[in-house]
Amino acid sequence: MNSIEGQVRIPSGCAIAAMISKEGKRMTGEKIVESMKPMHDRSNGLGGGFAAYGIYPEYKDFYALHMFFNDRASRKDCEAFLKERFEIVKSEILPTRKIPAITDEPVIWRYFVAPLKSQLNNLQLDEKEYVTRTVMKINSEMPGSFVFSSGKNMGAFKAVGYPEDVGVLYKLDEYEGYSWTAHGRYPTNTPGWWGGAHPFTLLDYSIVHNGEISSYDANRRFIEMFGYKCTLQTDTEVITYIMDYLLRVQKLSLSEAASVIAAPFWSTIESKTDVYDKKKHEFLRTAFPSLLITGPFSIVFGFNGGLMALNDRLKLRSMVVGEKDDKVFIASEEAAIRVMEPDAVNIYAPAGGEPVIIKLKEGAF
Amino acid sequence: MALLFYPEFEVIRNENRCIACRVCERQCANEVHSFDSQTGRMIADETKCVNCQRCVSLCPTRALKIVKSNCNFKENANWQDDTIKEIYKQANSGGVLLSSMGNPKPFPVYWDKILINASQVTNPSIDPLREPMETKVFLGKKPNHIERDKDGKLKFDLSPQLELSMPIMFSAMSYGSISYNAHKSLATAAEELGICYNTGEGGLHEDFYVYGKNTIVQVASGRFGVHEDYLKAGAAVEIKMGQGAKPGIGGHLPGAKIVADVSRTRMIPEGSDAISPAPHHDIYSIEDLRQLVYSLKEATEYKKPIIVKVAAVHNIAAIASGIARSGADIIAIDGFRGGTGAAPTRIRDNVGIPVELALAAVDKRLRDEGIRNNVSLVVGGSIRSASDVVKAIALGADACYIATAALLALGCHLCRTCQSGKCNWGIATQKPELVKRLNPEIGKKHLVNLMTAWRHEIKELMGGMGINSIEALKGNRLMLRGIGMTEKELEILGISHAGE
Amino acid sequence: MKRIFVNEEWCLGCHLCEYNCAFANSGMKNMALALKGKKIFPKIHVYGNDKINFAVSCRHCEDPLCVKACISGALHIKDGRVCIDKTKCVGCYSCIMVCPYGSLSVGETGVASKCELCLDNACGSPACVKGCPNNAIVYEER
Repeated sequence: MNSIEGQVRIPSGCAIAAMISKEGKRMTGEKIVESMKPMHDRSNGLGGGFAAYGIYPEYKDFYALHMFFNDRASRKDCEAFLKERFEIVKSEILPTRKIPAITDEPVIWRYFVAPLKSQLNNLQLDEKEYVTRTVMKINSEMPGSFVFSSGKNMGAFKAVGYPEDVGVLYKLDEYEGYSWTAHGRYPTNTPGWWGGAHPFTLLDYSIVHNGEISSYDANRRFIEMFGYKCTLQTDTEVITYIMDYLLRVQKLSLSEAASVIAAPFWSTIESKTDVYDKKKHEFLRTAFPSLLITGPFSIVFGFNGGLMALNDRLKLRSMVVGEKDDKVFIASEEAAIRVMEPDAVNIYAPAGGEPVIIKLKEGAF
Repeated sequence: MALLFYPEFEVIRNENRCIACRVCERQCANEVHSFDSQTGRMIADETKCVNCQRCVSLCPTRALKIVKSNCNFKENANWQDDTIKEIYKQANSGGVLLSSMGNPKPFPVYWDKILINASQVTNPSIDPLREPMETKVFLGKKPNHIERDKDGKLKFDLSPQLELSMPIMFSAMSYGSISYNAHKSLATAAEELGICYNTGEGGLHEDFYVYGKNTIVQVASGRFGVHEDYLKAGAAVEIKMGQGAKPGIGGHLPGAKIVADVSRTRMIPEGSDAISPAPHHDIYSIEDLRQLVYSLKEATEYKKPIIVKVAAVHNIAAIASGIARSGADIIAIDGFRGGTGAAPTRIRDNVGIPVELALAAVDKRLRDEGIRNNVSLVVGGSIRSASDVVKAIALGADACYIATAALLALGCHLCRTCQSGKCNWGIATQKPELVKRLNPEIGKKHLVNLMTAWRHEIKELMGGMGINSIEALKGNRLMLRGIGMTEKELEILGISHAGE
Repeated sequence: MKRIFVNEEWCLGCHLCEYNCAFANSGMKNMALALKGKKIFPKIHVYGNDKINFAVSCRHCEDPLCVKACISGALHIKDGRVCIDKTKCVGCYSCIMVCPYGSLSVGETGVASKCELCLDNACGSPACVKGCPNNAIVYEER
């Protein structure tokens, strides 16, 4: 039997796409699903997924946990565990369509939860750290249960299959979000289960990623010092944790975080004339050397209120950006942008290491 | 007492080639060769030969070679030749056997059982001839929390860092154990390369203060040559707790090597044996180490990183964990194959553990405890090539110390008789006529060449892995595979077997 | 013009330069065959004691006394080098007497002998410099 994702590291090639409305206008998942069709050959049917922001406005104060269970017993055990830690305000099957293209569906469940105040007080943790630790605990210690989405007012949807089929499976045409990201995967091994598909998420952070980073184990072994557990052995997972560590724990800005993971070359830093900028880059590279990511990657990092797209510093993976009115589109190929918006303008390929940060207008979400 | 056994080496002279130029005679400080005026031929006293190959190297007609004598005792797997000879020597002298350089015994060399990865298809290898490839490292504590001023700007406060253009430094070799010209070669090469050399425990010669920013000044148990200006002269201060070649004992420098200049630099009388105490007598425990670390930080106004160098011994992971909490900025681990100018043979050959295992265990322990950021790790003790460096970095080291390789670049032929003070290559000697054999201009050039070559090789290996900056290699154990190792060895090294 | 310079600080007194010189000017391909059992007549000579050593060879003076003193016209200047035409030398040794550096000597055939920087023999550049193990003899522009 083949090893499943997590027991073995599986390199992948991929397609990514994203769209966002800066005004916070909500869009159904239809277009983002369509956008993956022209990039069909960038996937091989062994993984597809989406992340959507602003989809649960009625539950926006609760953490939405999307979970895979191997069977009913796993779910019962996990629910008992969740009840010790959270107030569960809603618990339901995550609706799916049965389609011939995707089989071997696990038990997929959705919970809206709030951490128990008494527990937070006991452990002297802030809410996000508490949720993070709970997710880590379930994913590393409870076989048969896997949290694949844990943010507020957002959700990830993923499966083993082509992304366009995954969109149909999860009925994404019925969700409305102001920001969507998509991923089609070309793994070089059979992942074996759905947890390995992308996007990978933690709290409201989600990552879709195309690439195979060569710094993986250096990054993993460093980030695991801070309580993260890389159970899937995927690049996407480790990049998500790095972003969480830099943004939430170290409170760096998005562009500062980009300067850590796709740091400019020393020669570039030395030639900078802005003293603060130069010192900032020297400092960030010296302070976080183990979080530099090398090897090819293009990522779209989603969070509540925005997106950041970033390429590795040598730009070893394709990624283009386009705009139309208040909307911004990002994809591995321009063809995907043209599907989302035939009249997109200002199409360009961002330079390696140059972050493209798109935030919603103040108050738009 | 008469010689009890046939000499270890034979001098083979091709009489057809020998032109009796007498270069061998003039170049042998051991006085092996001489000219017989009656026959007009060169003759040799092989009992004095140490196989340093100086005569072989300089013979203009290649008339000479030195071979290991094949006059052996009756074959015995248990009582081997060397063992028997050592018994004779001790029966003769009543003394402790002395040796030099690193452990020559056939223990496993784990570097040679580790293989490096390369990119194929799923991600691109990077061509160092066409793309930037970075080898710069900063050694020192890394911050656990980022701070900002009231305007939200980042505060750039970092603990003192040692900047190196590549992750290699010349390891500690004292002035006294090696010559002025050897030190000068190391200092000038370190300056040109943008790396550091290390004074060892013999103090810093007044002529070399100008190379301060490329110098690590050492404080060892004998405290030779330590004073305020010395501490402030260096780029970092190293506390030498132990040495891989002789864990548990201090440095030995015979009085014959304590000549005027050495005596002044060490601040000890001329001709006196410099025997460092086995422990630091102000450090009997980890809390004492912390006091010395902070004393040195006070003395250097918190401007210089403090290195604590320890020998790789059995419980090295626990020791390193203690050091990482002592305030030290860098831990240097010296493996049991590390070199020395003089060590008791039994200690050199039987005490300590391989640095590969020590490094893997320490890096893992510090990460498990979440304190890997507190310190940088430097490893030494027989780093022989660029691939050893790459493997060490991938196992988790921040940088490597090299000494034997540097001495080889200076001409050393590993005859392992440094303790005699008669080094024919002008390295491990203080005799002026021998010291001058090492022209520091040549020495520097050879060291710079060696490091430049290694840097190219490191870049090529990194490029093959698709890595374009050395920090992305640090601790990247997925890039390594073991071959021919037991499960336990793989587990300690934290790597998979080839094929997995 | 490049000349040979000697740095006594690094001279080991090994005398290799003398043998390399003799071999370079022997016209033979093998040093052992060229020099075995023969007295050598090098154009460079190492002087010294147990404290200091240095090699002496022609300095190729710009205004050489030896050329002025030569009674037969054997010594002459060629492209800045002081050279000797052995067929003209009559062996008066005036050059040896006037050279303030002691750079000339009596050669194997009895006529004067001096360094010509190996530019006319098979070596092509000074053999003493090439073979010096410690860069005590250098060939450079100063």
